[in-house]
Amino acid sequence: MADNYTNSISKAFFQELGEIAVFTSRFLSSWWKPRYEWHEFFRQCLVIGYKSLPLVGMTAFIMGLVLTMQLRPSMVHYGVESQIPMIVGIAIVREVGPVLTALIFAGKIGSSIGAELGSMKVTEQIDAMEVSGTNPFKYLVVTRVLAATLMLPILIIIGDAISLYGSYIGVNVKGVTSFHSFWKQVFDNLLFSDVVPAFVKSFFFGFAVGIIGCFKGYYSKKGTEGVGRSANSSVVVSSVIIFIIDLIAVQITDLLGYN
Amino acid sequence: METTLEYYTEKNPATENKECVLSIDHVYKSFGDHPVLSDFSLKIYRGENVVIFGKSGSGKSVLIKCIIGLLRPDQGRIIVLNKDVISMNHQEMDQMRAKVGFLFQSNALYDSMTVRENLEFPLRRHWIKLQQEQVDKLVEESLDDVGLLHTIDLMPSELSGGMRKRIALARTLILKPQIILYDEPTTGLDPITGNEIIDLMIEIQKKYGTASLVISHDMNCIRKVSDRVVMLIDGRCYKVGSFNEVSTSEDPKIKSFFS
Repeated sequence: MADNYTNSISKAFFQELGEIAVFTSRFLSSWWKPRYEWHEFFRQCLVIGYKSLPLVGMTAFIMGLVLTMQLRPSMVHYGVESQIPMIVGIAIVREVGPVLTALIFAGKIGSSIGAELGSMKVTEQIDAMEVSGTNPFKYLVVTRVLAATLMLPILIIIGDAISLYGSYIGVNVKGVTSFHSFWKQVFDNLLFSDVVPAFVKSFFFGFAVGIIGCFKGYYSKKGTEGVGRSANSSVVVSSVIIFIIDLIAVQITDLLGYN
Repeated sequence: METTLEYYTEKNPATENKECVLSIDHVYKSFGDHPVLSDFSLKIYRGENVVIFGKSGSGKSVLIKCIIGLLRPDQGRIIVLNKDVISMNHQEMDQMRAKVGFLFQSNALYDSMTVRENLEFPLRRHWIKLQQEQVDKLVEESLDDVGLLHTIDLMPSELSGGMRKRIALARTLILKPQIILYDEPTTGLDPITGNEIIDLMIEIQKKYGTASLVISHDMNCIRKVSDRVVMLIDGRCYKVGSFNEVSTSEDPKIKSFFS
């Protein structure tokens, strides 16, 4: 009986993996072809990017502040307190900023896309769109996935800057470091190999959140329960995928000699 | 005795000289091993209201989704305004959909758009070259037809069930369709609002001379709207006739619907 359960779970897992692959290939083969839904794309950029800014900014600020304050006792213990801006800068730019912002983004945007498309599916709005002479895949999926892919890297850059500002505040809670010397120390120690891989992987994080949210919503099962499940599994699956992408990215940068 | 509508209409002097706008020839559709439509045939003539009724799950909604191209039949032909739906490319499908209105059972109004935007949506998609003044005029005219001009800037969530149905009807009407497909237009409405919708359907048919295919369980709706009635059992056309002919049938399967 346990074997049957394991078999059905693994079958469902691989079936879903295959469906996501088909959905992704459909996106890749159609996003560059007309008709271009510019109006909806810019609207989604506003919703996905601009309206996520307060949440991303607030969490980034707290993250930078807390990270610095948690790090401080150990740094003081080893007598390298002056190195806090460098260490926090590298940690935020390379890893903590992109991954944490992507996870917040998955929670906010992934669930909202999953729920919105799921509810549109259940209430036949997607069919109505098709009947109205619109390709719903291009109008709903392509615009959201592109907006998520392009907006997340921008949010991460802004989040990193806010996070570092939080760190500057944190450094000054129990010490005195000038604004100029804090930022000088951060930027003097940041290398090309710190910034570029982190920036590149953030596009993949955004793409993953967009495509999973759209997939879960677009194929939502009938009923309100299905909508809730779409929203929930959008967040869970895209969060897991963010960590997998992060793991792959670190291996690739290592192979390319950027670590 | 089973009678196909094709047989019936050939003998019917009322439809003898009228143009056939919709012809369904020997259509089969199944989902997996479960057959939904089996050798279904039907013809509808310009300016005529045909009502299909039958048990839940008998394939009524599947049939109209096949007509509008949301589902593809396994076998058979569906000719809409002299063109075969099954062999249409995307462009031809869009052209056909501009001439065939579809009123969804759930209304399928876009939640994120105002009433005005809901009505503009199909216009902007099908008639791209329209000026804003023309769009405004058509939107207002359509809303006026359903008596809800004052709701133009409201969101669908601010409307009652009956108002939503009327707005959905206005959106269907805005492209001046030659055929309207109604999927259970009075389901979920109280008798008074249901009657208002029925009166509106009759008024629209008289004003614009549209042909209508109505899926309904509502006996009041069937009686008032239908020029002809089709009873669908097990995916087949079981009985065809006027409302009086069908409702007075001694066949136990039919009688059970009217008792």
